[in-house]
Amino acid sequence: MNVPVRQPVAAQRLKVVDCDIHPAYAAPTALFEFLSQRWRDHWSTFGTFFRPALIGQLPFPRMMAGGMRIDSFPKNGSPPGADLELMQRQHLDANGVEVGMLIALSRGGMEERNLDFAAALSTAANDWQLHKWCEPEPRLRAAIVVPQENTEHAVAEIERRSSDPAFVQILMSPRSADPLGNRRYWPIYAAAEAHNKPVALHVAGFSGGHSSTPTGWPTYYMQEHYAQTTGMQSTLASLVFEGVFERFPNLKVVLIEGGFAWAPALAWRMDKAWERMRAEVPHVKRPPSEYVRQHVWFTTQPIDEPDQPKHLVDTMEWVGWDRIMFSTDYPHWDYDDPAQVLARLKLTAKQKAMLLGDNARALYGLA
Amino acid sequence: MQVPIAGAIDCDVHPAMPSVTALLPYLSDYWRDQIANRHIDKLPFQLSSYPPSSPLSARPDWKAGQSPGHVETLPPDPIRAHVLDRFELRHAICNTLHGGVALFNNDMAAAICSGVNDWVAKELLDAEPRLRASILVPAHDVELSLREIERVAPDKRFVQVLFLAMGEAPLGRRSNWPLFAACEKHGLAVGIHAGSTYRHAPTYAGWPSYRVEDYVAQAGAFETQLLSLIAEGVFQKFSGLKVVLIESGFTWLPHFLWRTGKTWRGVRSEVPWIDRSPTEIVRDHVRFTLQPVDAPKGEPEVLARVIEHMGSDEFLLFSTDYPHWQFDGEDVVPAGLGRDTIRKMLIDNALDAYPRLHEAPEGGAAQNGSESEEAVS
Repeated sequence: MNVPVRQPVAAQRLKVVDCDIHPAYAAPTALFEFLSQRWRDHWSTFGTFFRPALIGQLPFPRMMAGGMRIDSFPKNGSPPGADLELMQRQHLDANGVEVGMLIALSRGGMEERNLDFAAALSTAANDWQLHKWCEPEPRLRAAIVVPQENTEHAVAEIERRSSDPAFVQILMSPRSADPLGNRRYWPIYAAAEAHNKPVALHVAGFSGGHSSTPTGWPTYYMQEHYAQTTGMQSTLASLVFEGVFERFPNLKVVLIEGGFAWAPALAWRMDKAWERMRAEVPHVKRPPSEYVRQHVWFTTQPIDEPDQPKHLVDTMEWVGWDRIMFSTDYPHWDYDDPAQVLARLKLTAKQKAMLLGDNARALYGLA
Repeated sequence: MQVPIAGAIDCDVHPAMPSVTALLPYLSDYWRDQIANRHIDKLPFQLSSYPPSSPLSARPDWKAGQSPGHVETLPPDPIRAHVLDRFELRHAICNTLHGGVALFNNDMAAAICSGVNDWVAKELLDAEPRLRASILVPAHDVELSLREIERVAPDKRFVQVLFLAMGEAPLGRRSNWPLFAACEKHGLAVGIHAGSTYRHAPTYAGWPSYRVEDYVAQAGAFETQLLSLIAEGVFQKFSGLKVVLIESGFTWLPHFLWRTGKTWRGVRSEVPWIDRSPTEIVRDHVRFTLQPVDAPKGEPEVLARVIEHMGSDEFLLFSTDYPHWQFDGEDVVPAGLGRDTIRKMLIDNALDAYPRLHEAPEGGAAQNGSESEEAVS
């Protein structure tokens, strides 16, 4: 907590676009001012209703400080990520973040089982992002948080928010009730495509209630953490094989905090299986790797650290330099520091600029 | 390329499955009655993971002789013709993916597994001395699985115990440790093969619509199982244990090692028994069969780099995955592997993973216990 904040001068030259920043609610009731009395009463009486067995916690307790950077706790007692001034000083200013993408993970309705409540939460979380974050701090951009299981509301929310430049993408949970390629979610992709907003998928809790691995629940947080990676792979495979990219040829998908070094091996595996099995999926007209290369962006954090950094550079080459975007995950414990993370890798100035900001600027149409 | 030398060891072939009728001679009176009265002998016991006529399950030119209960040929004949003779192999290890393991009645699953193991010993191993086999166990029941391992283990032609990649719970759980103790004691490898008993959805977001997606998702299940074995400390407890991931693909391994290595450094206080990096653990204990090679076609230099990223040329065990359609013609060894890597893959690595391959038992099962055993436990 006493780590000195880095001086901003040198770092600002990085001109970073941080594709994963987590804002938090200053108090559990922070969304109340954006909810109707009906839903304030509901929340006060019944609480939110998610699929894990425990209220307000995951059954895999985090390893340190609730999963937060120890130095990210505001002095006023609010949770990490809740204090804009600290976020500005500690992260945006110190690291030269030109634009930061807000990923509002909790209480946006993505995990709520009551679909009407989920709709109210989603609207409230979007208002909250706008008024508490984007308006006071123009460097921050919001994602339209939508409850993927309530597609009707999700589409309405996308329609309502899309004209506001503060909202640059659409956020939903990849841990959905059905794999995200499933047709029940297609109205969301149609709206995303119509409004030219990328769909951002950030690793998340237990939204859909399925066990986190295909062979049941793991024991340790270490395993649950990794399950987000295999899960993200299955999400991408679902989008490809269910034909989402064929149906929505202009759809863009951003996979956040799910890793990227697995993507080449997954694409090769999908290509090989598709070659054998393509009669089963005639709607998948091209090799899966082509859809991945064209439609999917990846964020860097938590970046992999092979003993030989060159190996990660090989992998980046296979993913595609224009498809990887830097992210920190501020204020979470496994935060990646923009001044440190890419320093191990031998990158050209151009590659570094692409990763740190140019790719995100191109994707999101930032000036 | 073709197999460049004679005497290689094929670590994954799938014999045609015996029909339930073919298993009857190996079952107890109780189960013979049950099977007759309930018409269980009319049931196919095909795993959903491997529909018999799907291209991935059966290469078009290998389909003959692969349907269950096929009587025109003797069980080892197709394997002889397509694999053993064609590639001039020293051994091939038979993995019989029988659907009995997916039953919810563990006693019935155990009876069928015993029947299959005895059928394999008599119809395959006795008939063809180059063949070796895996022990099929009712993996959802530790006690019954342990009993089956102890029953079959004296027959040294069984070289590993077979699990599916997707089961009821991650394999590393402590409740499974008696199985690993038995494997270590008997010099049996733990073989994990692609496939699911569908106790859980194949993805963390539920059920895909297409088979091809299920197949792709198998890789994630292998990653899960490998991390489960590491995180629970199985390799600290059983320092002699060898685990073989079969039909798992292997090009996902570098990312797995990088990511689990980094996470372990961050959260190692949660799993203090892990005394070295996942990379070191995997290098000492885990092997991968060759097929399928999930690498880009026509770019051998990419595969060569992936092998370099894996950090060892001792990981791979040669396999054809017969009759699954993983390669065409005789082009079973992918371009991009160095000569040393190929030589180790064809012979040495398998001998290291399967200590029982060093022993050369003459035919004949050590015992054939199912006839005398009471089936109801």
